[in-house]
Amino acid sequence: MQSILAVDDSASMRKMVAFTLTGAGFHVVEAVDGQDAFEKAQNHAIDLVLTDQNMPRLDGLGLTRKLREHPKFKSTPILILTTESSDQMKQAGRQAGATGWLVKPFDPGRLIEVIQKVIR
Amino acid sequence: MGEMMNEGQSAGGNFDLSQFYDIFFEEAGENLDQMEQMLLQLDLEQADDEELNAIFRCAHSIKGGAATFGFADVAELTHQMESLLDKLRRHELQPTPPMVDVLLESSDALRLLLGRHQGRHVDTPATADLVQRISALANGQAAAIPAATAPPAAPPTTAAPEQPAPTAFAAPSPAAVATPAPAAASTAAPRTTTRLAGERELEIHIGPMEHPGQADSIAELFRDISGLGRIEALPCDQIDKRVYRVHTQSSDGDLLDLFTFHVSKEHIQIVDLDALPTEQVEPAAAAAAAPQAAQPIPGEGTDFGFFDDAPGMPAAEPSNASPTSSTEPASALTEAAAPSETATVATESAPVAAVKAATAASATRAEPRAATPASMESSTLRVSVSKVDQLINLVGELVITQAMLAQKSRELDNASTQPLLAGLADLDRNTRDLQEAVMSIRMIPMSVVFNRFPRMLRDLAGKLGKRVELITHGEATELDKGLIEKITDPLTHLIRNSCDHGIEMPQERLAKGKTEHGNITLSASHQGGSILIEVRDDGKGLSREKLLKKAREKGMDAPDTLSDADVWNLILAPGFSTAEVVTDVSGRGVGMDVVKKNIASLGGTVEIDSAEGYGMSVKVQLPLTLAIMDGMSVRVSDEVYILPLSSVIESFQIKADDINTVAQGAQLVKVREEYMPVIELERVFDVPRFEHNASSPIMVVVESDGARVALMVDELLGQQQVVIKNLESNYRKVTNVSGATILGDGKVALILDTSGLVRRSRH
Repeated sequence: MQSILAVDDSASMRKMVAFTLTGAGFHVVEAVDGQDAFEKAQNHAIDLVLTDQNMPRLDGLGLTRKLREHPKFKSTPILILTTESSDQMKQAGRQAGATGWLVKPFDPGRLIEVIQKVIR
Repeated sequence: MGEMMNEGQSAGGNFDLSQFYDIFFEEAGENLDQMEQMLLQLDLEQADDEELNAIFRCAHSIKGGAATFGFADVAELTHQMESLLDKLRRHELQPTPPMVDVLLESSDALRLLLGRHQGRHVDTPATADLVQRISALANGQAAAIPAATAPPAAPPTTAAPEQPAPTAFAAPSPAAVATPAPAAASTAAPRTTTRLAGERELEIHIGPMEHPGQADSIAELFRDISGLGRIEALPCDQIDKRVYRVHTQSSDGDLLDLFTFHVSKEHIQIVDLDALPTEQVEPAAAAAAAPQAAQPIPGEGTDFGFFDDAPGMPAAEPSNASPTSSTEPASALTEAAAPSETATVATESAPVAAVKAATAASATRAEPRAATPASMESSTLRVSVSKVDQLINLVGELVITQAMLAQKSRELDNASTQPLLAGLADLDRNTRDLQEAVMSIRMIPMSVVFNRFPRMLRDLAGKLGKRVELITHGEATELDKGLIEKITDPLTHLIRNSCDHGIEMPQERLAKGKTEHGNITLSASHQGGSILIEVRDDGKGLSREKLLKKAREKGMDAPDTLSDADVWNLILAPGFSTAEVVTDVSGRGVGMDVVKKNIASLGGTVEIDSAEGYGMSVKVQLPLTLAIMDGMSVRVSDEVYILPLSSVIESFQIKADDINTVAQGAQLVKVREEYMPVIELERVFDVPRFEHNASSPIMVVVESDGARVALMVDELLGQQQVVIKNLESNYRKVTNVSGATILGDGKVALILDTSGLVRRSRH
């Protein structure tokens, strides 16, 4: 079973994502912000990181940069959930080392499809 | 669980999101609380970046959830708030009091909207005005940035679509799948160029339907829901269809949710004209597909995308991949922008990841479904109060059973029972620990109550023309949830009083040499087994003379010799309106007697202190919990009664002739040169005593409401923690009894209502 680290400061979003992904057969590790995610990433085998952008302590881009600095996560797929789909945001995501982006709000089915494009 | 799994696996619109509503509502409420609190604390001149970010995040979080779960009105309003807050945090605008006001009002409106979605019957707030005011504030003062919603967005008039942004695509897929361009996609009507900031231009296709007239209800939606946008009907040559041009800031999902009230989803198509490439593309396959319905998706859509040189993409695409995305690995390897090392690792690590996943899988494969809930990690857990109460109840029963066993075990004393006794001693200790742990679940911090006051004071002080600062201490002090709920109203009363009647007008304060703004200090702390909450202000304080005068007018006994404490306590007397006397503010019955009554009903006490001209303080002392109490058990004849230990002052044995009978048969006992009423419990409860120890009765002195009485009992049995069982809900209210408990031997003992007994002695 593949593990996904779901990072969002909003509990409802996190639960929804976790429920959706669990239902699709993934193992889900939840984290409440970037910092929490980075710590949890050390102790779990993570196959994909799905992170919100706007969070306290450490945001999605910050988490992405931090993970990319770590040899263990050099090539782990990282998807950023964002409400902005502006060029600026995408540019920032690309520079931080993210794999891709998904605009919020999204349909749960859509989320699974996008994730399955990256990991199988 | 199995069913839910299936649901989760089926992608698309039939995914049931309603199961997350409760958690969203709770979270939105918390976000609003937090936002309100931070707005109130915001220093407008020197707004802290982190604070502005945090406020923004609150609105952002609510918006995200609301949009996801389909609460369009909430999403709409928070979207506006977020736009304004975004400008504030980017320092494109300077925060002003009108902004704080409108944001606070919006937060009130959001509470109502959320309440309505939760099925509460509350007024529908007028959000249109708020939306307008917010966007005026966001735009009016920042002429340099016309777009209200997304500052970096492309100017509305340009043809370049804001999303998808072509640069981010490996290869932009022409027909945007999320919004399939229907065959009828009309470019016949000229596209308007004047638009509000952040607005999108859409074409809505309804049909084919038997009664296309139904579609007109959709146009009505735009009339009824202010802020939704504008709609106009476009000419359509097919009689079973309707086409509309819509300008809106709402998302496709939100619109779809609204439209499905009138027209079924299969008959709705939303075409984002902004997302269409400037040249008309080949119509997408299905005409009937709903925008977000499951369809094979190509490499990218309008709502997601992958960076072409990004780490993390799979090294090779399986057969069902679209041709565009299969080129990605190649580009990742050759693209100069990406460090070659990254790309190599990407290919190498794939098997490693697979191995890891396999190990994880083999560990959990046996029972994958059962294992998943446990894996949902989070540092907190939301549980309904009824579950916690059930737990507390069960622990209560366990405590009783344990006490019964302990009592029985005292009869055993031979060597063979030693292991049993040791086990029982362990059980005793563990039960106690368990009880403590379980009780702590119900404990919540005082901040829950304290947090509502800054806003209230701000509004009240504004109305009264006063300046007040609220200082809080000990927000982390924990109190039983039941008590927290009940203490809120009395505290609100006290704080209102302080602001209304205590704190002077700014000029008056300055004239007295005080600071212009008054201070109200609210603090909470633990004191032994109880909690002490204090409301203190530096206002005008209570006037001894006025209070005494007023008391006499009311026909109360108020000699000049009354101690200060007794004079202050006068304001707690029923019907004693302090308003006229102390502050000359008329028309507000403050009802301090009600405050006192409410707190007394929680087993608490109220203590007032004041210095005229300098302020006053009201101290409220409360037990930590309502479910368990330290009690003293006493025996009267064959019955055992429990006295709340907190009200027991002392106990002693007296000689029979220390009791004096006065008029109407009332008895008094002389204790250290002081007379005290005696209550014979045998008479109160009508339990005949057989072994009347007339020569040297035992007295237990209890205090309530500042008065003491001596209760005559046969024997003091000891002190113990008792689990309080409500008598009213199990039987009916009994005078002089506040509840019942079950003793170690399984018998029921009544818990005495000391304040009732004290009152009885007065009559």
